[in-house]
Amino acid sequence: MANLKDHMGRPVVAVTGIGVVTSLGVGKTDNWAALTSGKSGIHPITRFPVDHLNTRISGMVDFLPSSSKGASHLTYELAETAAQEAVSEAGLDSGDFGGPLFLASPPVELDWADRFSLYNSDKKDGGSERLLRVARALKELDIFETTQFGSIADRLADRFGTRGLPITLSTACASGATAIQLGVEAIRRGECDKALSIGADGSATAEALIRFSLLSALSTHNDIPEKASKPFSKDRDGFVLAEGSGALVLESLEAALARGATILGIMRGCGEKADDFHRTRSKPDASPAIAAVRAVLADAGMSEDEIEYVNAHGTSTPENDKMEHLSLSTVFGERIGSMPVSSNKSMIGHTLSAAGAVEAAFSLMTMRESVIPPTINYDNPDPAIVLDVVPNKKRNAEVGTVLSNSFGFGGQNTCLVMAREPV
Amino acid sequence: MRKIKKPADPQQPPMSSHDVVITGIGLVSSLGEGPDAHWQKLTQPGFQPVLDAERFAPYTIHPLPEIDWNLQIAKRGDQRQMETWQRLGTYAAGLALDDAGIKGNDELCTTMDMVVAAGGGERDEAVDAAILAASETRNDRDVLLNEKLTTELRPTLFLAQLSNLLAGNISIVHKVTGSSRTFMGEEGAGVSAVETAAARIGSGQSTHVLVGGAFQTEHSDMLLGYELAGYLHRGLWKPVWQRQGSEGGGVVTGSGGAFLVLEQREHAKSRGRRIYAELGPIVSGRARRRLGELDAEIVALLKQAELPAGELLTISGASGAHAATAAEKAALDANPALAVRGFSTLTGHMKEAQFPFAVALAAMAIDRKAGYPVFDATAEKQFDGAPKAVLATAIGYHQFEGMGLIKAA
Repeated sequence: MANLKDHMGRPVVAVTGIGVVTSLGVGKTDNWAALTSGKSGIHPITRFPVDHLNTRISGMVDFLPSSSKGASHLTYELAETAAQEAVSEAGLDSGDFGGPLFLASPPVELDWADRFSLYNSDKKDGGSERLLRVARALKELDIFETTQFGSIADRLADRFGTRGLPITLSTACASGATAIQLGVEAIRRGECDKALSIGADGSATAEALIRFSLLSALSTHNDIPEKASKPFSKDRDGFVLAEGSGALVLESLEAALARGATILGIMRGCGEKADDFHRTRSKPDASPAIAAVRAVLADAGMSEDEIEYVNAHGTSTPENDKMEHLSLSTVFGERIGSMPVSSNKSMIGHTLSAAGAVEAAFSLMTMRESVIPPTINYDNPDPAIVLDVVPNKKRNAEVGTVLSNSFGFGGQNTCLVMAREPV
Repeated sequence: MRKIKKPADPQQPPMSSHDVVITGIGLVSSLGEGPDAHWQKLTQPGFQPVLDAERFAPYTIHPLPEIDWNLQIAKRGDQRQMETWQRLGTYAAGLALDDAGIKGNDELCTTMDMVVAAGGGERDEAVDAAILAASETRNDRDVLLNEKLTTELRPTLFLAQLSNLLAGNISIVHKVTGSSRTFMGEEGAGVSAVETAAARIGSGQSTHVLVGGAFQTEHSDMLLGYELAGYLHRGLWKPVWQRQGSEGGGVVTGSGGAFLVLEQREHAKSRGRRIYAELGPIVSGRARRRLGELDAEIVALLKQAELPAGELLTISGASGAHAATAAEKAALDANPALAVRGFSTLTGHMKEAQFPFAVALAAMAIDRKAGYPVFDATAEKQFDGAPKAVLATAIGYHQFEGMGLIKAA
């Protein structure tokens, strides 16, 4: 009989449903088949013209009905699709979920398409005065809703029948992990028996791409798109902007077992630590990332030796991969050289607000399927980063525990530890 | 509301329960900065709000006061990395940390958790206006966009716009690094931020948390965020309760910020800090307003807030938005014990900062053992005596609702 309480007397949190969408496809089956065959979802941008752009590739999700309808609509559809898969797998009522919703999603802004259409709907005055005047005459709320930070969660709450005030959050590139952490914490505090945690990001607009480009964060290896994301390689030159979503149904192990649900994995711990060094760069000694990894181990009640695989943040930027290696080698010591550490982003790119949730979904599948997805494009290893990155080809391996890292702009560091079985 | 359930096995409670108290308040609004300045002005009978009806006509706003950013953001380099919204939040956070005796204390800052309620930062209005002007004569608007944005956007402006970079700047400037989370979603984000911070402390997960938000209304996009649904009041300014039937949607916005230091009572006592007040129940909800659920939701929240018997000072965050404000007023008026103060009359609506601001004003009244005079004599009634508890509300102008009972410590 599994323990229903963890080492700190808190309810053990199980995963009973998983959903995922990336540029590789909709759903776990397609994604897993592509991911384990080393297939890349990175492709040339077709959603908007690429004139004047230094980066002309991405991992956008171009195959959904909302893919051309703007960031807000696509983010909603991504979230809904992943959540539907997760809730169905959990065997719960997808119209009456009955627990709280935690949504990681990108900050919203009025889309340029709407800005242009509002502005050009008449010719009186100009600038912001015209926009405001036209805006107040609108009869529909459609455009307004896309500018409200709580609207996507509000729609999801209606759609799935979640309970209470939904929380929409951003911790930049760690957001997906934070959404899961909030769900885990709510269950541990006894506030609910189950929670729906979603990370979704459909915000790969031209302006988003340009903004990251101006910060020199993006790869410009445009010629062979599927080769552009090369985490831990010597010639890595930035991340590839991407879209996607991941959703988990979290339940207290006690409630899940009581209703006979299939336990897909256990959320053993969550850890975080903020960095006060710089807006986009990490403290040179990696102490905040190190502290986040140590915090997750402490929260999980585990020693370093008990982690069997690391699902890396592995963005393929020069800075991240170097700092992530420094933090892992500091915490795990010499063992890090022989421990599998792979980056899903080599294939799906960086799904930003969704990344932590997407990669948690893949981490859980890694354990269930006993297959570690590779880090592809590992043709030119960075000699300063000595890691077993599971190069280029999947590896069959029994994996009982995974550490999943998420680091983001603004000093965000969040780590999750998941296990295949309850203790 | 998220209530801690009774543990199934009384021998083994899931989490211990700790009192949550307020030990620091940082406020900025058109009225000035800090609890003292706000108290002084808000308790002046007949105090007239600071208004600017010209800059954004036909909209009236409550502008920021003169602020010497250097007082809380020492490095010019840090100030340059931010626009006004992030500066304002970082400044208000600094005031709260100072007030709680935490600022500059490495041990306390590095272990302090943080939950910030945030929207987005300011876009470059000149670049946007130039693109829009050019769009009148160009059909290849997507190409136009690439052309202008790649050449005219300031690279670091993106960071000044990112929602979680208010928290990021607080970490950099004030060294708060225990953890950093940013909630989005207008007033509801402020409610959830306080609710989550209190739950963390209550369960023993945190000992002290910085929580709050800021809103900078003096930017056309910030007004547009309301006006796309026609929410802004136009024409002559009126108090928040008197805008029904006036031109426009009833909301008058204000720039401001509110941060609180919430702390476990034992933690505050062990370091000998003064306690403003204790948090009672913080409750939240999501009425499906299209289905007409708002009235019942507010009534339900009032019930969950466990209001004490007798006269109760109520600090209302009502925005002025016609439907939500009418629903809130009806629900509050139905309880004759409530003496309501709609502070948006004097500060304007501060979106994500609205609920933390309401909680701060409630805590100040408890700490100073006095209520506020009426902010609008036609709609509010006298409150005399020393409040032992004060209700704070934030009913969203469009969606999401919350309230909290703040009690004498």
